[in-house]
Amino acid sequence: MKAIHIKLFRDIASLKGQAAAIGLVMACGVATFVMSLSLLDSLNGTLNTYYEQNRFAQVFAHLKRAPLNLNERIAQIPGVAHVQTRIVERITLDMPDLREPASGQIISLPPNPREGLNLLYLRAGRFPSGTRSREIMVSQRFAHSHRLEPGDSVQAIMNGRLETLRVVGIALSPEYIYLISPGSIFPDNKRYGIFWMARHEMEAAFDMKGAFNDVTLSLMPGTNESEVITRLDQLTEHYGGLGAYQRDDQLSHKFVANEIHGLRGMTIIVPIIFLGVAAFLLNIVIARIISTQREQIAVLKAMGYRNIEIGLHFYSFVMLITILAVIAGSLFGAWMGRSMTVLYTEYFDFPSLQYTLKPHVLLLGFLVSTASASLGVAHALRVAMRLPPAEAMRPQPPLSFRPTILERLGLHRIVPPPIRMILRQLERQPIKTGLSILGIALATAILVVGSFTQDAVDYFLDLQFNRIQQYDIDVVLAEQTNDTALSTIRHMPGVLAIEPYRSLAVRLRSGHIDRRTGVLGLTQSDGLFQLLSMDGRSITLPENGIILSTRLAEELHVRAGDSVTIDVLEGRRPSLSVQVSGLINDFSGLSAYMNLNRINKLMRQQHTIGGAFLLVDPAYVDALYEELHNTPRVAAVNVKSATEENFRKTIARNLGLVRPFLIGFSVIIAFSVIYNSARISLSERSRDLATLRVLGFTRREVSMIQLGELAILTTIAIPIGLALGHYLSWLTSKSSESELVRIPFIIEPSTFVQAAVIVALASVVSGLVVGRHLDKLDLISVLKSRE
Amino acid sequence: MDTSPVEKVADRTQPVFSARAITKTYQVGELEIHALRGVNLDLFKGEFMVLLGPSGSGKSTLLNILGGLDVPTAGQVNYLDHNLTAYSDSAMTLFRREHVGFVFQFYNLIPNLTARENVALITDITQDPMSPDEALEIVGLRDRINHFPAQLSGGEQQRVAVARAIAKRPDVLLCDEPTGALDSTTGIIVLEAIERVNRQLGTTTAVITHNAAIANMADRVVSMSGGEIAEIHINQNKRPAHEITW
Repeated sequence: MKAIHIKLFRDIASLKGQAAAIGLVMACGVATFVMSLSLLDSLNGTLNTYYEQNRFAQVFAHLKRAPLNLNERIAQIPGVAHVQTRIVERITLDMPDLREPASGQIISLPPNPREGLNLLYLRAGRFPSGTRSREIMVSQRFAHSHRLEPGDSVQAIMNGRLETLRVVGIALSPEYIYLISPGSIFPDNKRYGIFWMARHEMEAAFDMKGAFNDVTLSLMPGTNESEVITRLDQLTEHYGGLGAYQRDDQLSHKFVANEIHGLRGMTIIVPIIFLGVAAFLLNIVIARIISTQREQIAVLKAMGYRNIEIGLHFYSFVMLITILAVIAGSLFGAWMGRSMTVLYTEYFDFPSLQYTLKPHVLLLGFLVSTASASLGVAHALRVAMRLPPAEAMRPQPPLSFRPTILERLGLHRIVPPPIRMILRQLERQPIKTGLSILGIALATAILVVGSFTQDAVDYFLDLQFNRIQQYDIDVVLAEQTNDTALSTIRHMPGVLAIEPYRSLAVRLRSGHIDRRTGVLGLTQSDGLFQLLSMDGRSITLPENGIILSTRLAEELHVRAGDSVTIDVLEGRRPSLSVQVSGLINDFSGLSAYMNLNRINKLMRQQHTIGGAFLLVDPAYVDALYEELHNTPRVAAVNVKSATEENFRKTIARNLGLVRPFLIGFSVIIAFSVIYNSARISLSERSRDLATLRVLGFTRREVSMIQLGELAILTTIAIPIGLALGHYLSWLTSKSSESELVRIPFIIEPSTFVQAAVIVALASVVSGLVVGRHLDKLDLISVLKSRE
Repeated sequence: MDTSPVEKVADRTQPVFSARAITKTYQVGELEIHALRGVNLDLFKGEFMVLLGPSGSGKSTLLNILGGLDVPTAGQVNYLDHNLTAYSDSAMTLFRREHVGFVFQFYNLIPNLTARENVALITDITQDPMSPDEALEIVGLRDRINHFPAQLSGGEQQRVAVARAIAKRPDVLLCDEPTGALDSTTGIIVLEAIERVNRQLGTTTAVITHNAAIANMADRVVSMSGGEIAEIHINQNKRPAHEITW
């Protein structure tokens, strides 16, 4: 090995603490980069393969009832490659391990289920045979949560009739990678499932002989989707069409796409923070090494080492840290990616979600880290390369100190000399001081953002389940029915209060923009469903107008006071223009609310309801469920406490999994920044400190000067970090806004306190570590050695 | 005493370096310092020259310019028939790498490299160098090759520096106050090492010092003051290092 390389390794060994700290920060950046990019790859790859192999449709439409021969006219729409008509109906199930009824959708299977669109992936068992009756396939999650296996039977109510169905297969569908019941905020695998049955049996069970009520299309490449949708809507309009939509609006796909979108953001933002901090730390460390090795550089140059060789020498130092960090970060990132894949399989149902780590991800991780590290040290390396050998041989001119702002303000008398030493030091290197503060502030901010999601979820849970939903049970009725059902339910055991509602499939229009959504007709008679904004503000339901979610209003480009046109997609399909009475800034979806009476008047259907919110006496719950089971018109029973529990369990666990990483990451950043700043200033100041010791200062007094600097940096950085965290949380809340979910911008004071305490502790610990070096200060050799 | 270098000086036909009308000014803060004010000097092949003068007289600046560490503000320096002043930075580096050995007052060893490794630093990058062990042998440090600078005395460190400078078999050895940080006993051991190199290898040698005693071992003594050459004196009575005291 060449002597210059030996020097390199010994240099690194002597700075191993600092090098390790920087490497750790960089490794965190690489890890998050590798994790999110490989996950993105895995998710995208799996999704595309699944969609392609199982021929996931591109256009979807539901309608009331259309004759089968409409099929041919749909097929004639230019650009349509394949048409698949089917029957999709609601089903209610009586599961022995569930008190309340479970519900779901039952979908017809074509005679050959291996042809057509939205092909099922058979996980177990077989497809229903054409001859034997009452055979069904069950979606995997529902089957698993009830331990259903091929050969088992289930009791179900189909079209008001109680049937015994035999499970013959367990399946997955590209349509239901993410399965959530309509109107629900969270998946509930125990209470909502998808079922498939042979078409001829569905026709018989639902009186749909020679008819269909659902159609999906695949398109030829290059087809304009919206044109197809317009044509399809025209064709289905007379048959109660609810409006066709494209894959981007398909619920399951929307959730998966949303996740992919989020990952994409993570691929960029988080690594930038880590690699930025690492680049800054490398910069101060390398600049310091170069300044302490001024004479060594000069002598190497005097002996004939070229500038580029000197530059490469120090660059190798950087690259060695970078390479080790990339290796460690890649390993950690791959591990995190693999773990996250497991987490994803809890939400997303793929035949197999294979974690794939492609070489280009690692290469990219290496390139990004190298680029950021190089950028960080470019200036310092240039200084080393440009250092004229003769000049470097002379001792460095004394550092120029100026009176600090304190002294300029005339406050210096109240500041003791050690503090003045610290302040002058900090003020002399404003950029380094500023960046150190920024680094510690970033660590604080990451902690705030990390806890913010927890606060937001807690807030959401409280608002959603305690203040908006004041009911216990939501009973969904099979059809829009006469409100005599209301009095039937009202008299069921344990019902304390009941509030009917009705939902209406509509298309809202404003100018040339339109959105398909549902309008919920409420009565608010007993206050069981409150219209509350994200900030907890109550919105009054108007007599005539419509309340829109802020997000929906934004998409329609309307404001409160404007008018929107409602095209009802059900019944006699009326259209009308209503005033937007108010906006509600809610958590999810594109919701709209109207008065139930107004809706019924519009539909010319007095006393019609689609469901009811119930407040129940817990003592009678079992009896109530029993009654509801036996009420044919009840399509689904949503139990609020079950949803809440399910939500809390999954989200809390996932947040619990992510949290240690966030805390770990920010502690690593805080520690590295503080430790490196401290080591650098110790090296810059060891002569001064040793001099003070020789002059009679105690160990403690000298420590105070050194650690005081850390204390000042941390004290300034924490409030900035809290403010930054506040801002980043707001940004997270803003950028997470999608049609599906909005995260409320809520931060509890305890979050700020916790972030400040953790960073302060990291500062104390790094202070203690540096303090050990201070104790080892060799007075004589420090004073003898020439800087 | 080997007198052949003296003969070459007397010959004065072959200047290794010739500096003509060299001036050097530099800025320190608000202050403009005139380090050299029109210096003319030749350095002849094989000679042992001592540059004598108080600190601030410009001798280090002159040596740095001759060795290609610094460039003059005006004037011209020739190395053999090459105009050094016209050299680019990289050409100058190559010149130093191939032709010049430096020894500095504060040794400037790399602290985390052993004696042998410090010498290897040079032998790694030059063509046809001697081995580090051989170079250390010449300065009498054969048994200290695996010691780090901190484990060596000042005199030993300076001898490692001399070994490092001569390992490349330089055409010229430039020493800036090589004994400045040493007591006289160890200083003389270092001077003996330099003298040996000059004599055995015939390396043209220039030593800067403010110590007039050292002038006794020179072929030629150049006295400087205030950035100018005050006097050039040919030493007829050259004495070996071990006879010198101060």
